[in-house]
Amino acid sequence: MTAAARSTAHSIVEASPRVKAFAAAVVIFYALVTIAPMLWIVATAFKSQSDAIAYPPKVIFQPTLEGYVNLFTVRTRQTPDFIASLPPATTWYDKLVRKHDMVIAGPSKVMPRFINSLVIGFGSTFLAVLLGALAAYAFSRFRIPLADDLLFFILSTRMMPPVAVAIPIYLMYRQLNLTDTWTGMILLYTAVNVSLAVWLLKGFIDEIPREYEEAALVDGYTRLQALRKVVLPQAVTGIAATAIFCLIFSWNEYAFAVLLTSGDAQTMPPFIPFIIGEGGQDWPAVAAATTLFVIPIVLFTILLRRHLLRGITFGAVRK
Amino acid sequence: MAQIRIENLHKTFDQFAAVHDSNFAIEDGTFFALLGPSGCGKTTTLRMIAGLELPTDGRILLDGEDVTFRRAAARDIAFVFQLFALYPHMNVEQNIGFPLKCQGMPRREIRERVRETARLLRIEDLLPSKTSKLSGGDRQRVALGRAMVRRPKAFLMDEPLGALDAEFRQLMCGELRDLHDRIAATTIYVTHDQLEAMSMADQIAVMNAGRIEQIGTPQEIYDRPASLFVADFIGSPPMNFLHFEAALEPGSRSVQVGNASIAVPEIREGRPSGPLVLGVRPEHIRFSDTGALRGRVFGAEYLGTTQIVTVETEPGRVRARLPSSLPVEVGEIVNLTFRASRLALFDAQTGSAIKTESHESVGHG
Repeated sequence: MTAAARSTAHSIVEASPRVKAFAAAVVIFYALVTIAPMLWIVATAFKSQSDAIAYPPKVIFQPTLEGYVNLFTVRTRQTPDFIASLPPATTWYDKLVRKHDMVIAGPSKVMPRFINSLVIGFGSTFLAVLLGALAAYAFSRFRIPLADDLLFFILSTRMMPPVAVAIPIYLMYRQLNLTDTWTGMILLYTAVNVSLAVWLLKGFIDEIPREYEEAALVDGYTRLQALRKVVLPQAVTGIAATAIFCLIFSWNEYAFAVLLTSGDAQTMPPFIPFIIGEGGQDWPAVAAATTLFVIPIVLFTILLRRHLLRGITFGAVRK
Repeated sequence: MAQIRIENLHKTFDQFAAVHDSNFAIEDGTFFALLGPSGCGKTTTLRMIAGLELPTDGRILLDGEDVTFRRAAARDIAFVFQLFALYPHMNVEQNIGFPLKCQGMPRREIRERVRETARLLRIEDLLPSKTSKLSGGDRQRVALGRAMVRRPKAFLMDEPLGALDAEFRQLMCGELRDLHDRIAATTIYVTHDQLEAMSMADQIAVMNAGRIEQIGTPQEIYDRPASLFVADFIGSPPMNFLHFEAALEPGSRSVQVGNASIAVPEIREGRPSGPLVLGVRPEHIRFSDTGALRGRVFGAEYLGTTQIVTVETEPGRVRARLPSSLPVEVGEIVNLTFRASRLALFDAQTGSAIKTESHESVGHG
């Protein structure tokens, strides 16, 4: 018998198989709990209106694209005679709609709203990360008078819920003609996110030895070149993590969006409830909108996942 | 290659003076070591020469040209860091070629120069490797390559061997000196390790608390320390200090330490009575029946060919380096003889050396 086989002691660094199995079970259970509602929404988007509100709920159903067609179009109800008088439907979605005695009157507002969300979400994320990285680099590398107080001040902007200042901001924006504009919303979300970005990125940049950029400075780069070519590539983990956190905030933000946008710059969060109101409770269309709304965040996170896994420890471990 | 001159260089951080009015000149092709304990200002001095830190006062001249406030990139010097600072997102070849790329050199030429440098350092086979896969020594070679490839006016090295283990450090010491001899580049080498400085440098500047205590060849610094600090810092075990009080007469050849009269090199300056220190290196002490200073053996450390014997005497504890063949017993009463020509005298208050026949001119910083 070998010594290892005789020993009953566990390894200190390796968990026992039983503990591992338990940990796996917990993780799987948690994943199911969080993913199940998501799956239900994705499924609901493919149900017919009656299937969507059926009781008991239907798990197996006849899939249809009605929800998506309803989401992307504006329709009007017509008499069967009128529909019969029309030239025959040429597309699959025309046929689908006419079955319910309706005709398509035009595209709905969902695409412009979705584009608003993309522009405002990614625009403010880009700005917040860019400004955050520059500020974090400065705080990390230079002797700035009152640096600690400034950093605390930046952090303090996070200490109350942003909605607390919603009214003053609304009045201010109305004066400046910034309500319901891309610029206004991007500025607002950037302002909220930049404090998070500064703090997160400062941690990451602190971890990068300054010798790297000093070597680059001696070798012939300017400070900005050294930042761009030497420091930022090494902070990519932190930048990815920060970008995801910023995007999630500005993508999901509801209160300011309701208050400050109504048309041209309206984002998806305040728009989705509108779908419920239009012509009865169209749950499949709402579910379709929700699915559409989630996709960009999922794609963005998958894209940055490789960096995020390391970044989520907030630079606690040295690479 | 270049001559480097430092004139009245001064640097304060907030209230703290890191470097005090330093002055020195490094001749073309010299291997110059800045030696001192941590926090003595040696790295700050080096960083000011590199342009990574701006001096509060003073001038830095490179080949007679004032570069005090010039950008680091415009000084044409290379810097080797303790942590190597190899860019982790580039391979060895890209790392070495980086300074040339910064200068906008055509890619073909960069390739050629990188290969030539790698050949000089014998790391050609490492060129395609990732830097994270390299051993400490190889990393240091790559860092050196990155410094050399530009053929700069001078090399500045900040504890470049500090991150290596002891065995490898010695090997790299030899390699560095060898490399210096081949390319004859002016080099400033910062270290807290006296062995590194002694074994490699042509000239050493010993720094303490922001001031340069002494500049000289390794031998000068060892044999004729200009101050108590240098005497204490250089040598292992350090110089023994016997405190006594006396007046000095020019021309006198002995001093009275307690009850013992000890022969010293001829004293060249007169002094009123005051606290003085007699410095004696452990290897200049012998046991002999005629010795003037009596003491009791306190302990002995065996070091192979020699042993360090600690003897308790009236003016203080003395450590002697003696052949290990000499039988020594703890508690034994012995008489000590010092080699007169190698003794040093210091003013206990200022810490500076007193002029004697063997300590005629002591280079102060």
